[in-house]
Amino acid sequence: MAATNIPTGGAHAQEAPHVQHHATGDHHDEHHDHHDQHWLSKYVFSQDHKWIAKQFLISGIAWAFIGATLSTLFRIQLGWPDANLSWLEPILGRWIDAGKLNPEFYLALVTMHGTIMVFFVLTAGLSGTFSNFLIPLQVGARDMASGFMNMLSFWFFFLAGIVMFISLFLETGPAAAGWTIYPPLSALPQAIPGSGTGQTMWLVSMALFIVSQLLGGVNYITTVINLRTAGMSMAKLPLTIWSFFLTAILGLLSFPVLFSAALLLIFDRSFGTSFFLSDIYIGGEALNHVGGSPILFQHLFWFLGHPEVYIVIMPAMGIVSEVLATNARKPIFGYRAMIGSLIGISLLSFVVWAHHMFVTGMNPFLGSVFMFLTLIIAVPSAVKTFNWLATLWRGNIRFTSAMLFAIGFVSLFVSGGLTGIILGNAALDIQMHNTYFVVAHFHLVMGSSAFFGMFAGVYHWFPKMFGRMMDEKLGYVHFWLTILAAYLVFIPMHYVGIAGFPRRYYAYTAYETFNQFGNLNTFISIAAIMAFFAQFIFLFNFVYSIFRGRRATENPWGSTTLEWTTPIEPGHGNWPGAIPAVYRWPYDYSKPGAPEDFIPQHVPYSQTVSSNLPYEKEME
Amino acid sequence: MIALGILLALVLLLVVFGLLFRLQILTSIFSGSYVRQIGLSNRVNAILMLVFLVVGMAAFAYSFIDSFDKMNPPIASVHGLHTERLFWTTMIIIGIVFVLTQVALFVYSYKYQYREGRRAFFYSHNNKIEVIWTVIPAIVMSGLIFGGWKEWTNIMGPAPKEAVELEVMGKQFNFLVRYPGRDNKLGRINFRLIDAGNDFGFDLNDQKALDDFTTTEIHIPKGVPVLMHIRSRDVLHAVYAPHFRVQMYAVPGMPTKFWFIPTKSTDEMRAQTGNPNFNYEIACNQICGKSHYAMKATIIVDEPDDYVAWYSQQKSFAEQNPDILAAFKNKKTPVIEEVPAATSAAPAATEKAQAAL
Repeated sequence: MAATNIPTGGAHAQEAPHVQHHATGDHHDEHHDHHDQHWLSKYVFSQDHKWIAKQFLISGIAWAFIGATLSTLFRIQLGWPDANLSWLEPILGRWIDAGKLNPEFYLALVTMHGTIMVFFVLTAGLSGTFSNFLIPLQVGARDMASGFMNMLSFWFFFLAGIVMFISLFLETGPAAAGWTIYPPLSALPQAIPGSGTGQTMWLVSMALFIVSQLLGGVNYITTVINLRTAGMSMAKLPLTIWSFFLTAILGLLSFPVLFSAALLLIFDRSFGTSFFLSDIYIGGEALNHVGGSPILFQHLFWFLGHPEVYIVIMPAMGIVSEVLATNARKPIFGYRAMIGSLIGISLLSFVVWAHHMFVTGMNPFLGSVFMFLTLIIAVPSAVKTFNWLATLWRGNIRFTSAMLFAIGFVSLFVSGGLTGIILGNAALDIQMHNTYFVVAHFHLVMGSSAFFGMFAGVYHWFPKMFGRMMDEKLGYVHFWLTILAAYLVFIPMHYVGIAGFPRRYYAYTAYETFNQFGNLNTFISIAAIMAFFAQFIFLFNFVYSIFRGRRATENPWGSTTLEWTTPIEPGHGNWPGAIPAVYRWPYDYSKPGAPEDFIPQHVPYSQTVSSNLPYEKEME
Repeated sequence: MIALGILLALVLLLVVFGLLFRLQILTSIFSGSYVRQIGLSNRVNAILMLVFLVVGMAAFAYSFIDSFDKMNPPIASVHGLHTERLFWTTMIIIGIVFVLTQVALFVYSYKYQYREGRRAFFYSHNNKIEVIWTVIPAIVMSGLIFGGWKEWTNIMGPAPKEAVELEVMGKQFNFLVRYPGRDNKLGRINFRLIDAGNDFGFDLNDQKALDDFTTTEIHIPKGVPVLMHIRSRDVLHAVYAPHFRVQMYAVPGMPTKFWFIPTKSTDEMRAQTGNPNFNYEIACNQICGKSHYAMKATIIVDEPDDYVAWYSQQKSFAEQNPDILAAFKNKKTPVIEEVPAATSAAPAATEKAQAAL
């Protein structure tokens, strides 16, 4: 089914949209006429996947700094619970009350940090950037299947961001029921002020965000299936594309369930239904809600929520596979096993959600089933790790900034992933549930490591995005400071977690049990602030390099994939001439007998007679 | 004014950094090292990989040993000892994997750093190896699953018949406690009957509720199974008692439960920890609002005899609140029938509610 309706032969940039005329109809023709590069349609409402990717990236970076700032604020509170914080008054205003951070605002900070990082940065910023940028370039397409839907995808995300951003400044504060917004807390403004307008805006923002994800996801899937260039069979796709493809499928299947949960919650909040509410006495009155189940919401939420962590991590896995192979100058080890494990993870990710709910009062038998399924998912994850290690083995490693972050990714993924074996065990989760052990686990395995995957991607594909190189030395400093800080923050968090510290606590001073680890919390906070400041090195490098960085060459990393066959700054349509056809898999690095240590995908076997393997002879 | 000064200093600092950075780039352009791709820095990074591994592992080991005593809350329940063993067994297994993979990762990174003239080994796959490293984790996982499953079903299984029962009700921002009284049966409660005087929502039309009593501290006997019924009257809470390795959500509209056998009295634990102020604590472990972080209760584990003595001294809620009892007698109409599913705290109903999910 590969490559049937591909625009070939001298297709000009304009030709790409023609391919999908039947899909978008009149709509598209209108836009077509505006295609005379009006600045608005070139830089703002662009339908070029590369520009949309940059839009996602830059919004993602902006959100990452907002999210990190929020975490720095609550880390200050946790590290120095007795300190006078009136110096923060110029920023936080009346949320600082007599030198103390407002406990409800503390919860809002935690909530918004989680929401922003998970959805806006690691979903939109990561998938949005690299799926958009790399799918057409690496499969050999002129653009996404529907440039218009792709544009809408970004602008729905942008709108979601605006709504969420405004909610930060509400008088009653933004949503404060945790990023998982469990009702009844999230449904009742009487329970916490953040569940008033703040929560409404959170839900509206998330609904817009889901629309954005679905528009993007449909596009990614369609493009990968239909717009691969001649010869690009599914078994020749780079692992990046496989990971983006499966990620999009996960998103498409799971985000609608979150949408339904959000919708039902909106009904409970505003229209008096009782999907999630029952037997509640609050604010001096018994509410009329009877028969709902708060646990039902958790099932719906985690049916998205768990695939969501794989939506976050799988693109990073794909990027890392690509960067490791390129810079180790070695084929990725076990290409098919890598695809197989991605598919395994994707399938299993849909049947493990209730491991977030072992101690909610859910039937213990379900707990047993989900423990079994959860621990099984460790197997494909282990396979991936071993394959990465085998890829490094006997390589010839060039430490580019991207490579450092890819290696860092593997390290963090292992460190964080292993503790999942504890948390996935229902019997052990009784003690560990909702403690800092969980916080440490997921921040390593899907927070930090996904960030590392994203950094690896940015450093690696920056030359293709902006036609210039990022500064390597600053990249090195950024990497070493960041990985050091990440471990200094999250390793001690495990200790605090084993000691039973509950998460989302404003202070631990009220407890005899928890007041012994005060110093460690201060230590974690210092490391977190260090991590935060290290990111400014990246920001400087990023902005500086866009304008003043060293000019890139066409294929600066000696890479095999198709995006490096485009001009240094590809225009709309990606290739000025015909789209190159593909003859080989994307990992022909250091092939014996080849003159160079890489053979790009578009080089036919007839040109590489000296290095062809026995079974490749017939393809000459 | 000071803020402005600090801001100005920061800006100046940034400008200085920017200039230094630019200077470094210009000098490297002139010295010709600007375009060279693989130079000294490759070697430096490779060495740093090794340094990071060695120093990092050492620091990890040191800090882990240093914090080990603090991170282990002393255990005071029977199943706690079992899960603790399972926890540290699992930790040892993942610790071994952790060390092996991290060592491989950083040592390979160092060892296979770029060398002029060397070529990477073209080695695309080996299905035998793939099968081996799929099967071995699968076997280890099966072992862990089996161990966990056995513990889990034991812990979550039905409580022994002789278990002492009590009920904890979470509310913003404390836990209410009630005991079944002399008849050992928790009476009916109803959230619509809650008011300032009747915090629990006792339905005193129910005979079984008449001898129920409430307390501020939770008393439980040592060495006897304790069945804790758990519910909430507003938002989600969670009863988390780290020393007993007990945790269960408090869910409005869906009673939950947890049973365990305490093994050490509060006095014994005070002697063991050398802390005369030691108390078993329940912490709320599910975000519930402003004072979530201070929502706690104290558990006192008594010797069985002391427990019986304490229990018999308690006055029932009805006895302490004759006016509320009188109000029920005057108003015969039972309100409870409206919400049959959630009003009974009997274990059977709990199971039904759970099975419904």
